[in-house]
Amino acid sequence: MLNNIFQWKIFLQDTGGGETYFHWLMTAWKWTLLVSGLGWIVAVFFGITIGIMRTLPNRFLKTIGNLWTDLFKNVPLLVQIFIWYHVIPTLFLSLRNVSSLTLVVFGLGFFTSSRISELVKAGIESLPKGQQQAGTALGLTPFQTYRYIIIPQTLRIIFPPLTSEAMSIIKNSSVAFAVSVSELTMFALQAGEETAKNIEMFFAVTVLYFISAYAVNHIAKFVENRMRIPGTQGSQR
Amino acid sequence: MKSLFLLGLLLISTIIHAETTLDKIKRTNTVVMGVRESSGSLSYTIGNGKFVGYHVEICQNVLAAVQKQLGIKKLDIQYVPVTSQNRIPLMQNGTIDIECGSTTNNLARQNDVAFAVTTFVEEVRIAVKANSGITSIAQLNGKTVATTTGTTSVQTLRKHERAQKIDFKELFGKDHSDAFLLLESGRADAFVMDGAILAGNISRAKKPSDFKIVGEILSTEPIAIMLRKDDPTFKKAVDDKIIAMMKSGEIAKIWDKWFMQPIPPTNTKVGMLPNENTKAAWANPNTKPMEDYVAKK
Amino acid sequence: MNLDFTFFNSQVVTDFILKGLIFSIQLTLVAMIGGGFIGTILALMRISSKKWLSIPATIYIDTFRSIPLVMVILWFYLLIPLIIKHPVGVELSAFITYTIFQAAFYAEIMRAGITSVSRGQANAGYALGFTYSQCMRYIILPQAFRNMIPVLMTQTVVLFQDTSLVYAIGAYDLLKGFEIAGKNYNRPVETYLVAAIVYFVICFSLSKGARVVQKKLQIIR
Repeated sequence: MLNNIFQWKIFLQDTGGGETYFHWLMTAWKWTLLVSGLGWIVAVFFGITIGIMRTLPNRFLKTIGNLWTDLFKNVPLLVQIFIWYHVIPTLFLSLRNVSSLTLVVFGLGFFTSSRISELVKAGIESLPKGQQQAGTALGLTPFQTYRYIIIPQTLRIIFPPLTSEAMSIIKNSSVAFAVSVSELTMFALQAGEETAKNIEMFFAVTVLYFISAYAVNHIAKFVENRMRIPGTQGSQR
Repeated sequence: MKSLFLLGLLLISTIIHAETTLDKIKRTNTVVMGVRESSGSLSYTIGNGKFVGYHVEICQNVLAAVQKQLGIKKLDIQYVPVTSQNRIPLMQNGTIDIECGSTTNNLARQNDVAFAVTTFVEEVRIAVKANSGITSIAQLNGKTVATTTGTTSVQTLRKHERAQKIDFKELFGKDHSDAFLLLESGRADAFVMDGAILAGNISRAKKPSDFKIVGEILSTEPIAIMLRKDDPTFKKAVDDKIIAMMKSGEIAKIWDKWFMQPIPPTNTKVGMLPNENTKAAWANPNTKPMEDYVAKK
Repeated sequence: MNLDFTFFNSQVVTDFILKGLIFSIQLTLVAMIGGGFIGTILALMRISSKKWLSIPATIYIDTFRSIPLVMVILWFYLLIPLIIKHPVGVELSAFITYTIFQAAFYAEIMRAGITSVSRGQANAGYALGFTYSQCMRYIILPQAFRNMIPVLMTQTVVLFQDTSLVYAIGAYDLLKGFEIAGKNYNRPVETYLVAAIVYFVICFSLSKGARVVQKKLQIIR
């Protein structure tokens, strides 16, 4: 029955370039995972750094952090990528030699970092002020207070929405198709057009996105259960 | 979700259109035209929900004839923008009744939908910077070539690359204007695409004289108005009117309007005469798929 | 770089941009209110100790968070007509899809908000003789909501930007307005730059507005 509705055989057909569509699909999946994985590293690094900067008493660092977040959060990702790819290299010609992959990894990473910085800031601010004061009372430097008291608790609090971001970055990595990276979305658009089997192609791609994001979600859930803070609503179960 | 999905697909496969499109038009006094937002002179929007172009105007004429045939006083034409990904499913699930865009008639699609007689035969060409000195695909060896994601030109390029043993770097724009920008900004040395799209983009460039279309025809594709499969009465009504327009020379006038005269929104001329294949299709109306054109070469 | 903004007159704004802006705002509002409401219920279900409540909510949330919105939009648009046996307009289809989809995201944010409230708060409520729902209604949810206003607003800004994904079904939002104008005038660089500025102004005002609200509601600690 399923074979009548879906013509799965299409995946075994040659693309005209010496490989099957299935082979191409797998390569595309690899690119999606690569772009998302590298983008996530950039996003977490900048997101946490900027998020912390925004809670510091230093006005200068705070302003920089706020500017960063506002800039990267408030412009749609696709537009940001377009500007990185088409506009900025015409101003700084040397940037033209940067590979599409590097560009989209940083573009995606910076965009996501603005959202992570919001989470980090909200997380830190939701902690009772007493926590910080306790650190000071114990003779910890501000750095130590952040390192041993604030950050560990914040990360646990923001874990669920942080997981959402990790899942989102996989899906957002689809913008890479706009800069000629041959990932899943490009595959769906291109292979669908070539084979006239849009439904099959979109179904396969949907499933792969689902598997990728679901795996991230499950790993995250495992970690989350491990590091719940005793005494909060989250530890009820 | 999954079971919902399977249910949906079961319905797709078993859905039987008990009523013909003509019956549906007569019953509802409405017809839904699938149109494109940006398919060169063939079908595009000038904003504010208005759609125009060579194929849109042909369809408007066709639907006026259908209205007359059915004796409907006032026919309401609804315009629904479609994409190259969803146009076939939307035709199958009944959302649109007639698609007037830039759909290639090929064998694979004939399994899912029907096509009216071919109204335009597209040729895939190469656009380059006028001062580049490139005149053929062989000269693209070692160069960077731009094309648009989700078009048959990507496959055409792949085949030529293999057949002629040349090697070039491909860049994919997410749409035609992105791909053209790759050529304009010098990131790519050539833009391979349907001739009408190339001519349209060049005509609207900041300096059209900077670009030219060169080289051999890489692929020939019949473009036609798309209809629902297995609906002979509607197909006959559509074909009859188109063929009448071909015979009376009306279609050549519509061509002239959209390809030779200044068109909105920029009021620039595309400046493209109908090619020999297109003229042949007007002289001998047919629904030959793309594969027949390849064999002829 | 030579930029040419001359084509960008009031005609372009009214014909291409305005319609998209209105739809983006409508879609954001519908999905925010509908999704926020369903999302809060889902969050409560998910943290419930009753399995028949928590499992369906978890499946709902995890499924929708795992599929790209653009795919959900496409599938819903293709499948809804087959189920109700009647074509739906792109707008209605988008309203339904976005509400259902956003609910999953608001749910996770609300869950983070709820779990961040100290358990002593709930215990205090029970000690005062509150029922579970009273505890939630009067003690936990207001605090969770306040803690999460910035994140909720971020999600709403994301939502506003994500309205552009309706391109998949041919609906017409703000970004599409810019893109089509860029394509049909062949001035993509110029239109994307204007789009960046317009989006920035709108989203930045939203975020700033949220910060003001948050300051007013902030719990002094």
